[in-house]
Amino acid sequence: MTALTIIVLGFLLTCAVATCLAKDLLVSVIIFMAYSLLMSILWILLQSPDLAITEAAVGAGVTGILFFITLKKLHAIKVKNNEEKNR
Amino acid sequence: MKKRIAEVLRRRFYGDESPLDTDMVASLGEQPQSLTRSSNEALEALEGVREVRVQRAQEQEHEMYRQIHKWSYSSGVKIIQRLYRMLAVITCCGIIMFLLWTVNTLPPFGDPGNPDNNEVAARYVEQGPEETGAVNMVTGMILDYRAFDTFGETTVLFAAACSALFLLKLNDHKDGKPTQSWLEAEYADRFHEPKNDQILQFAARLLVPIILLFGFYVVVNGHITPGGGFSGGAIMGAGLILYLNAFGFKKTERFFTYRTFQWVTFSALITYAGLKSYSFYTGANHLESGVSTGTLGNILSAGFILPLNICVGLVVMCTMYVFYTLIRKGGV
Repeated sequence: MTALTIIVLGFLLTCAVATCLAKDLLVSVIIFMAYSLLMSILWILLQSPDLAITEAAVGAGVTGILFFITLKKLHAIKVKNNEEKNR
Repeated sequence: MKKRIAEVLRRRFYGDESPLDTDMVASLGEQPQSLTRSSNEALEALEGVREVRVQRAQEQEHEMYRQIHKWSYSSGVKIIQRLYRMLAVITCCGIIMFLLWTVNTLPPFGDPGNPDNNEVAARYVEQGPEETGAVNMVTGMILDYRAFDTFGETTVLFAAACSALFLLKLNDHKDGKPTQSWLEAEYADRFHEPKNDQILQFAARLLVPIILLFGFYVVVNGHITPGGGFSGGAIMGAGLILYLNAFGFKKTERFFTYRTFQWVTFSALITYAGLKSYSFYTGANHLESGVSTGTLGNILSAGFILPLNICVGLVVMCTMYVFYTLIRKGGV
């Protein structure tokens, strides 16, 4: 357990709790993507770089994008169109 | 007899405290007799009185129901929500305790005396590079010793893509004309996606070639460096999705259509099955493939591992991309 591992684990726990507690679903998905990035760093520290590559591509990339489209389909992303309303 | 039935029904549906009282229910049963006896006027007067009473009773009943609804929407919902939250917290804590307890009883990480360090792992580590020709032992394991498992995994990906197609794909044309649902989906997609975003397009123009090239590098160098078909395919799929997001369906349709997906996935799976069919037929044990393993560490080495990696990578890339397009628009 190096210092870096402990720091990454701490951030990982923070991200995991913040994903559950975030009020906005969009924010929750973004925190989840950050969680995946931290997880990929942790995989490198655990000496499995191939898993790290997959985690970075799937967890932080593709899964997040799929969540975004789902939120868009559910109209869960609130767009602030203040400029258009004022016109 | 009728009175008794009415009484039983009343008790069954309203309980004992019904606003419809007994003689009212009884009078409902007496109707035919009163018809024969009384004159028309008396009947009408009786009907009027009865209607007023029934109306009043119905209002009372509505008031009762309203109060029940009010209770269930205010304090009832609160009680159920509190119960739900308590149960959720208790379940969560229980699962956390169970998992921590399981982790506590696991053998220490990386200990040479662990039960997974047996003769199988020793054989893979000692003779893997020699027998498979792959420097990356993970790829040597999953694509040579355990090629049958990887074939199953690739087929699972293909099956997942197929079921997503069954569920989400819209019919894009009928008798040569685009269908109504397809046109609506295209309009909704064009409406919601901001097109010609300069920043995104510039970033995509820079990044997409690098991402695709890196994905290809990871796939082709699967037997030398960390990575392989799955990770490289995921990277290439992510690159394609970025390109689609930046430039839209019109540009991607030039090189990736539904037909492309069909043929690439089909031929990749068939190639995989063909290359390994003899090994599978004889029990999926590790066999001499007949192709020399070549020099350790060269790109063109390790027998069938390089083409198998490319097959797996293509299937993963197509599956990722098709998942994205299906969820976004309902078609490639």
